[in-house]
This record gives sequence, C-alpha cells and structure tokens, in this order.
Amino acid sequence: MASSIRVRATSNGDITEVQTLIQHPMDTGLVKDSKGELIPAHFIQELKFECNGKDVFVANWGTAVSKDPYVKFSFKGAKKGDELKISWTDNKGASDTTTAKIA
Amino acid sequence: MKTPFSLLLGSVGAALVACALTSPRVVAADKVDPVADAKAFQNFFFQKFPNVKREDFVNGPYSMNEDMKRQWQEKEEFPPYEFALDAGKEMFATPFKNGKTYADCFPNGGIGIRQNYPYFDTKEGKVITLELALNRCREANGEAPYSYVKDEMASLTAYMAYTSRGKPMDIKIPDDPRALEAFENGKRYFYTRRGQMNFSCASCHVQSPGERIRAETLAPALGILNAMPIYRSEWSGMGTTSRRFVTCNSQTRAVPLEPQSDEYRDVEYFLSYVANGLPISGPGARP
Amino acid sequence: MTTTTGPHPTRRLILLGAASVALIGLGNLPFAARPASAAANDKYPEEAFKQKSEADAIKALYGRTAEPSDKVKLDAPEIAENGGVVPVSVTTTLDKVTSISFFVAENPYALAASYRIADGTIPGVANRLKMAKTTKLVAIVEADGKLYSATKEVKVTVGGCGG
Repeated sequence: MASSIRVRATSNGDITEVQTLIQHPMDTGLVKDSKGELIPAHFIQELKFECNGKDVFVANWGTAVSKDPYVKFSFKGAKKGDELKISWTDNKGASDTTTAKIA
Repeated sequence: MKTPFSLLLGSVGAALVACALTSPRVVAADKVDPVADAKAFQNFFFQKFPNVKREDFVNGPYSMNEDMKRQWQEKEEFPPYEFALDAGKEMFATPFKNGKTYADCFPNGGIGIRQNYPYFDTKEGKVITLELALNRCREANGEAPYSYVKDEMASLTAYMAYTSRGKPMDIKIPDDPRALEAFENGKRYFYTRRGQMNFSCASCHVQSPGERIRAETLAPALGILNAMPIYRSEWSGMGTTSRRFVTCNSQTRAVPLEPQSDEYRDVEYFLSYVANGLPISGPGARP
Repeated sequence: MTTTTGPHPTRRLILLGAASVALIGLGNLPFAARPASAAANDKYPEEAFKQKSEADAIKALYGRTAEPSDKVKLDAPEIAENGGVVPVSVTTTLDKVTSISFFVAENPYALAASYRIADGTIPGVANRLKMAKTTKLVAIVEADGKLYSATKEVKVTVGGCGG
C-alpha cells in the first residue's frame, strides 16, 4: 500500500515551499451513511513537518478540514537534498509517516 | 419513445441556423452527416461564448466563470484526483495472474491513446469505449470485471487519460452504415427529453452552459468527455464517463440506463466525435 | 456583506453574550500570567475544537480576543463552488508569528484548523476547509503574543456536511 502522504517540497533560494496532500476520510461524525447510521468521526488531529531535527510546521486539525486534506506553507533554513519528515496521527490512533527530499 | 423532432430543432436551433448558412445539406434531415454536425456543434459554442478560448471548453464549468476558475486553479496545485492517478498507474503496471498486463490489450501499450476512444468496431458492429475495452481486457485474461462507475475503473482511465493529456480528440467514423447509425442514435439520445423534469442532455449542456441550475454551474457539452474521469467534490470521489451519464439521468429524474448499454456507448461516441480536435484534459476535478 | 435574516439576529446576540463574558473573565484576572499561547503548548487543543461558537473557540484556544488588522490577509472565494472543499489561505506581514488559526462561524464546531509556526517558517498557510453553509470566516494570527484577525464572508450554496 502506497503512503497516504503526498509531498512536494521545492527549494527556491533560501525558501522551501512545501505542499502536502493526505489521503484521509476526515469524517465529521455528523453525516449518516446510506443506512441512516451516523458515520463516526474519523479525522487527522495532528500533522507535523520536521526538518533537520526541528518541527518547522505543526497542524492541529478538527473535522472541518476537507477530505483528503491539503496544506501549503514555506520555511527557511533548508537546502536542496535535505530531508523533510512528515507524520500524522488521527483521532482513532492511526498514523503514517513519510520522508521527502527537498528538490 | 417518439423522436421529438421539433424539440431537436429547438435545442440546436442556433446551431442549425449557423450551419444551414454554410452547408445546405443539413436541411435534409434524413441524411446523417457527422462532419457537418461536428462543425455546427463546435461553431454553436464558439459563437455563444466568443471569449472562451477553444481549448478551454474541456475545462467544463471553469471555462465559464472566473471566480470558479480561480478556485479550480488552486485545487489543481495538488489535485484531488492525485491518489486515483497514482493507483491507476500502479494497477496499469501490475501484471494479471497470467503474467500479461493491460498494455498487451491496447495499441501503443495503452499509453497516449485516450483520444481514440470510443471507436467503432466494424467486426462487432458496435461502439467500444475505453471502459468497455478495459473490462474486456480483464476478462480475456481471466480477471473479474470492475464496476464501470468508480474506484478501479476511474483510476485506470485516469492514468490512461493523463498519458494522453493535450492530444486532440480523434474519433473516427468508419465507412460503415452501422457506425453512422450509432452516431445518429447517440445524437438522438442526447437531444431527446426524458424523465420527470422533461430535460434532455442538451437542455442543460447546450442551451444553458455557464448558467446555474440550483447551486451548480452547468458545463458546456462541447469537450465535456475530454476531462473524464473526474473527481467531483459532490461525490467526494472519482467517477467515470458511465457515472456521469447515470447521474445526469437521475438528476433530471429519468431512469438511468445500465453503464455501457448501447445507448450510453452511442451517446459517448456522438459527444466525443463532435469534440474532435479539442485536447484531452482528463483526469479532471469538478465541483 | 451582512444580511441579517433568519436565525442570524439571535445568533449575534448569543455571540455578543459570549464575547462579553470572555472580556469580563479577563478583566477579573488582571495579574494572572499571560494565557498560555497555542504556540507554547504542544498539546492538541481538544477543548477548543469542541466549542460551537467561534468566540468560545477563540477563548478556549487563546484565552483572549483578537483585534482586526489589515496586516492579516485572508484569501477565500466569495462563492464557494462546493462547501466541502473551500480553498482558504492566510498571509501576513506581521513579525514573530507563532500560530495561525481558522474559524468557520456557522460550522457545528467553529475551530477548523490551527497551525503552529516555528521560527524561520514563513507566516502563511493555504488549506482547504469544509463550510456547512454561508458563513463568516475568521483567521487569527498570533504575533509577538498578541492576536490579530481578518474576517471574510463566504457564500456556500452546496454545503460541506452532506454526502
């Protein structure tokens, strides 16, 4: 099974731009399925970006983040070839991690 | 069902007028002339939307509305069909149990050929769509067919469309009366009103592209299939051409047909042919 | 644009009520330590995500209120093509930014996302949020211990909480 995390990290001078798309249902717990039963809430709570041993960006999410969440940000201090570690955990305790080389 | 001739004339009135000026043959309604039809169809849209670039029609409602276009461009930075595309690429490369692959079933190993589908098979005397060809490929290799509407089928067609992006749609109508009949059947289906709301496909997608129907902005019929398959936010997922036809029917409260029924295959043949020359843009993202 | 039809007036009152309670609350604690900032706190802000109104959520997350600032640029569509996927982003020219948060006032739970911005990270973020209906969207930037906000109305015709 492929990773749930897709990352594009590109360096432009001193600034690295990071875009991430994660495969996750982000169920709100307020929607009913076709049988009329509530689909329990299932959503990513924390998404962390680590580079050179430092958390550069941490997301805390609720249920109002869209299905297959997307986030974009930029940070300084990294260069091409550095590794960016991305990890998430959801409200059911599931998690996933991946690393991406900055291009 | 009676052919509503007057309705047909009504919904393509402008197109017919436009083309009657250049091509008097069209007046003879008993003669099937796909070349003239395609020309009239395209000219109708080009004249109705003089500010839309021709190759932009394949972007559906986003070609019609600037604010929506901007939201779409932001989404395209990391498009929601990305996962389906990756899955499709992997599936396409994974051999069947017998060791063969999808590539063995298609010309050019299946790469960059989306623009040639559907085609008319003169041996069988029927229209063969890409979705149909994929399932036949599976069955010929001892694998169970996939659902036509979403999931694996959408992933596979997403990948095949992606390898064909930018190539102009290139549908052929061979010199075979059955091919002309399939085209004509598809055209008839497209312009025939049906269902509780008494809508034809053309009521929305020829007469009213860019208008809102309830909350949704209607896509132009021209190039609508060039973007297939699509990730629809409304579906929270991917859907194929089959799914698009089924939901169009059910949204107008008509009874949807079976995916890949003859009528759907014919209407796909018609709609793809009249979009000849416009680029493949699939997989697409839609509201 | 502000249209006050339907349940809006009542809701406004409730929101105002909550805000004044928050202010009184702060007024009563003049010598208390600065409320813990989101950035200083590594824990998932469970309580803030449970609050229904944006005023309560802001209070639970930051413990104080924000002042509007034109240095916070909030970008969101006027009409969302689909409430389930609304592209929203914030940029700011403020210095020493430690966090950025998004509140969707009309959602069942107002707090949508909160981002901790490290030193050296550009203060800005783009994400995609769900909006249940036409709503006020609030972005808060925490900079040098103070809160700054920007607000925008987003019209939603197809809600983000359906199937």
